[in-house]
Amino acid sequence: MLDTTHPSLPPRPGVGFKAQHFSDIQADPGPVAWLEIHAENYMGDGGRPLAQLRALAERFPISVHGVGLSIGGEGPLDTDHLARLKHLVDWLNPASFSEHLAWSTHEGAYLNDLLPLPYMQDTLARVCDHIDRVQHTLGRRMLLENPATYLEFAETEMTETDFLAAIVRRTGCGLLLDVNNVHVACTNRGADPVAYLDALPLDQVGEIHLGGHDAQQDEHGNPLLIDSHGAQVADPVWALYAHTIARGGIRPTLIEWDTDVPDWPVLAAEAARAATLAAEVAA
Amino acid sequence: MSGQHAFAAALLAPRLDPPAGLHGRGGRGAGRRFDIYRNNVVASLIAAMETGFPVVRALVGAEFFTAMAGEFVRAHPPSSPRLMLYGTAFPVFLAAFAPVAHLGYLADVARLELALRESYHAADATPLDPRILTTYTAEDLARMRLRLAPALRLIRSDWPVLGIWQAHHGGRPPQPGPQDVLIARPGFDPVPLLLPQGGGAVIAALKEGKSLGSALECADSEFQDSDILELLNILLKHGAICGFQGEGHNA
Repeated sequence: MLDTTHPSLPPRPGVGFKAQHFSDIQADPGPVAWLEIHAENYMGDGGRPLAQLRALAERFPISVHGVGLSIGGEGPLDTDHLARLKHLVDWLNPASFSEHLAWSTHEGAYLNDLLPLPYMQDTLARVCDHIDRVQHTLGRRMLLENPATYLEFAETEMTETDFLAAIVRRTGCGLLLDVNNVHVACTNRGADPVAYLDALPLDQVGEIHLGGHDAQQDEHGNPLLIDSHGAQVADPVWALYAHTIARGGIRPTLIEWDTDVPDWPVLAAEAARAATLAAEVAA
Repeated sequence: MSGQHAFAAALLAPRLDPPAGLHGRGGRGAGRRFDIYRNNVVASLIAAMETGFPVVRALVGAEFFTAMAGEFVRAHPPSSPRLMLYGTAFPVFLAAFAPVAHLGYLADVARLELALRESYHAADATPLDPRILTTYTAEDLARMRLRLAPALRLIRSDWPVLGIWQAHHGGRPPQPGPQDVLIARPGFDPVPLLLPQGGGAVIAALKEGKSLGSALECADSEFQDSDILELLNILLKHGAICGFQGEGHNA
C-alpha cells in the first residue's frame, strides 16, 4: 500500500485527472485540492499511468471512480473486475471510492456506457446486494452516483430519489451527487430538479460532480440533454449547485471534463468558479 | 427474455426496434432517446479502436476504418471494462474481412499496434546492468536462461511490418520481405526494433525459458552465430533483460 495520508476528500474543488495535465498539475494545481481517476484506466500492470498516479497520490487526495462495475446489472458482479478493483484500492488507499447506479455489462459483453434500469423492488434488492458485495470486498464505504438518463421504464414503481434513499438506508453507502446529471435527467423527463434535490438525503452526499452537457431535441420536439462531459458547466447547473450546498453543506466538488479536454487553465478556472460559489454560499 | 438482454441486443443491432416498455417524456415513444445509448456504445468503442490502431486506420483511411470498426465492435464487444486491452480479436477479424483481403499485411500491423499497447501497460522491471555479462565465460552464457522484461513483445511477420509502421511515422517506404520485430520498453515508451534475419525464433525460444545455447539451436538457417551478439546487444541496450533464472544465477 502507498503511504498516503488522506483519509477523506477535502470540501474543496477537484478535477478529473487527464494525463496531458500531469506537468501542469505538478507545477501549479491552483485551486485544485484533489484528483479523481477512472479506476479502469489504472488496471494495467505498470508503466506510465501507474507511475503518474503514484506521484500524484503522494501529493493529492485521490478519488477512485469506477465506470465498469455494472452495479445495476441483472447478472452477478464480474468477479475478476471486482478483484482488479480491490487490487487498485488496496494499493492506492484512496480517499474515496465511487461507482454508478447503472449497468454496462451483459452476459460478458462490456458495453462501455452507463445504461439505465427500472426502479422497483427486485432491482432495488439486486443493486443493494451488489453494493453490499462491493463494500465488503473493498472493506470501505462507497458512494453511488445518480445517473443521467434519457428514457424511462414503464415498469418503474418508485421515483429515482426514493430508490437512491432506500439504497443508502439498506447498504449504508453514501451518495455521489452529480448535479449536471440531475439537471439532464430532470429536463429529459420534464421534472423539477429542485424538487429532486430536496427529496434526496443530502446529508449522505460525500462528493458532488459538475460537468457539461449537450442540448438536443427528441423527435417530438422535447428538449433532450446529453451528458457529454465535453463543455463548461452550464448556468442552470451552477444554480442547482448553489441550491445543493446551501441546503446540504459544502462538499468535495469535482469538475468533470472527459471529451474535448481543454488546456489546464480552462479546467482550473472551472474549479476556481466552484470554490468561489461555495465561498459565497457560506458567507 | 430479460429486460437487459433485449436492451443489450438492440444496442448492438441498429436495425432492431428499441425494446418494449421504454418511453420518453410524457409517455411518448423512446426512439431517439434509445438511439443516444446506441450511439454512445458504438461510437465510444469505435473511438477506442481509433486510438488503439492509428496506423491501421491511416492505411485504410479514416472513413473506411470507422465503418469497419463499427462492424468489429458489434461483433466483438469488449469482454472486460479494461479498454486499454480492447481489440485483441481485431487481427483475426481483419484477416477474414473480405473488403481488406487485398491488404495482406493489415492483420500484422494490427498485431504490432496491439503489442505496443500491451507493452505500454506491462509491469515495470529493473534492467540488468550490461557489464555483468562480461564476468561470464561463453560456456556459462550458453547455459543461462534469461529473465526478460514483462514489457517485451515479439511480432514475426511475412511482411515488412515494421517498415510499414515506420513509414507512417515519417520513415521511408518499406522494402518487401519478412520482418521479425521486437518491442522493448526502456522507460515508459515502447520501442519497436528490427531483429536480425531469423532472430524471431531465438527470441521466441528465450521467451519460452530456453537457455541461450538451446535458443540458438532454434534459430532459422539465415541466422548467423555472430548475430547472437547483435541480438544480446539490442536486448541489453533497451533494458529488455532483467536477470537470469535457474542454475544459481538468479539476479
